[in-house]
Amino acid sequence: MSEKRLECMFFSYDVDGGNFDSAGMASVDTKSRLKRLGVDKELIRRISISMYEAEINMVIHANGGKADVLICPDKITVTMKDTGQGIENIEQAMQEGFSTASDRIRAMGFGAGMGLPNMKKYSDKLTVLSEVGVGTTIIMEYYL
Amino acid sequence: MKISEVAKILEASFVCGEDMKDIDVTNAFACDLMSDVLAYVKDSDGALLTGLANPQVVRTVAMMDMRCIIFVRNKNPDSKSIELAQQNGIAVLKCRHNMFTACGLLFESGMRGDEDE
Repeated sequence: MSEKRLECMFFSYDVDGGNFDSAGMASVDTKSRLKRLGVDKELIRRISISMYEAEINMVIHANGGKADVLICPDKITVTMKDTGQGIENIEQAMQEGFSTASDRIRAMGFGAGMGLPNMKKYSDKLTVLSEVGVGTTIIMEYYL
Repeated sequence: MKISEVAKILEASFVCGEDMKDIDVTNAFACDLMSDVLAYVKDSDGALLTGLANPQVVRTVAMMDMRCIIFVRNKNPDSKSIELAQQNGIAVLKCRHNMFTACGLLFESGMRGDEDE
């Protein structure tokens, strides 16, 4: 099979925090773009799942934010930046099962405390930068 | 197992995606917790049985590259969910059985779960 080398490309989304029904649109769109670019199916799956988790988190906890996708020949980087309440204890938030989501969010099928663990599991490198009262930036890198 | 066979076994009706009836679903996962679907579904091309009907269910299934959603307990997806399923090539079925019975009927017919041996 011939490997297609990716050209550098950047796209960005505003994630609407007010509407849970639309949460995930950026990830769905990114997935179809990557598909059109001919990116490996398994890699697309990893990127989609982790980006979707981050996007859902952004809507649940931070009233939306910005999602950036940078594609380079050797690496794809997804950066999710919000100006929400921040994460008090990142180590605790990384534990499977830990969640501060409301009952309303749980009733919609989320808030099981698998968000950050899933982002870590499906990306090659996860960086979480967060300051209480300032916001959170999640950087997920995937090597090609 | 073909989606049409799934529908027959569960006496389910197609909400959308009837044109996908000959597509094979290789395994199944049953859950109302989308966080767990994202965490534990490993294989693509499977089916999700769920009693939760909202657009996030369809997005989650799309992310996992699954092919079919089966709503149990006669749950009705809203128009936004149906539209999303159509856009993402996902067949949607609806059956009257509860989750336990629906899973049992499929298992009895040879369908297996998406899990390690």
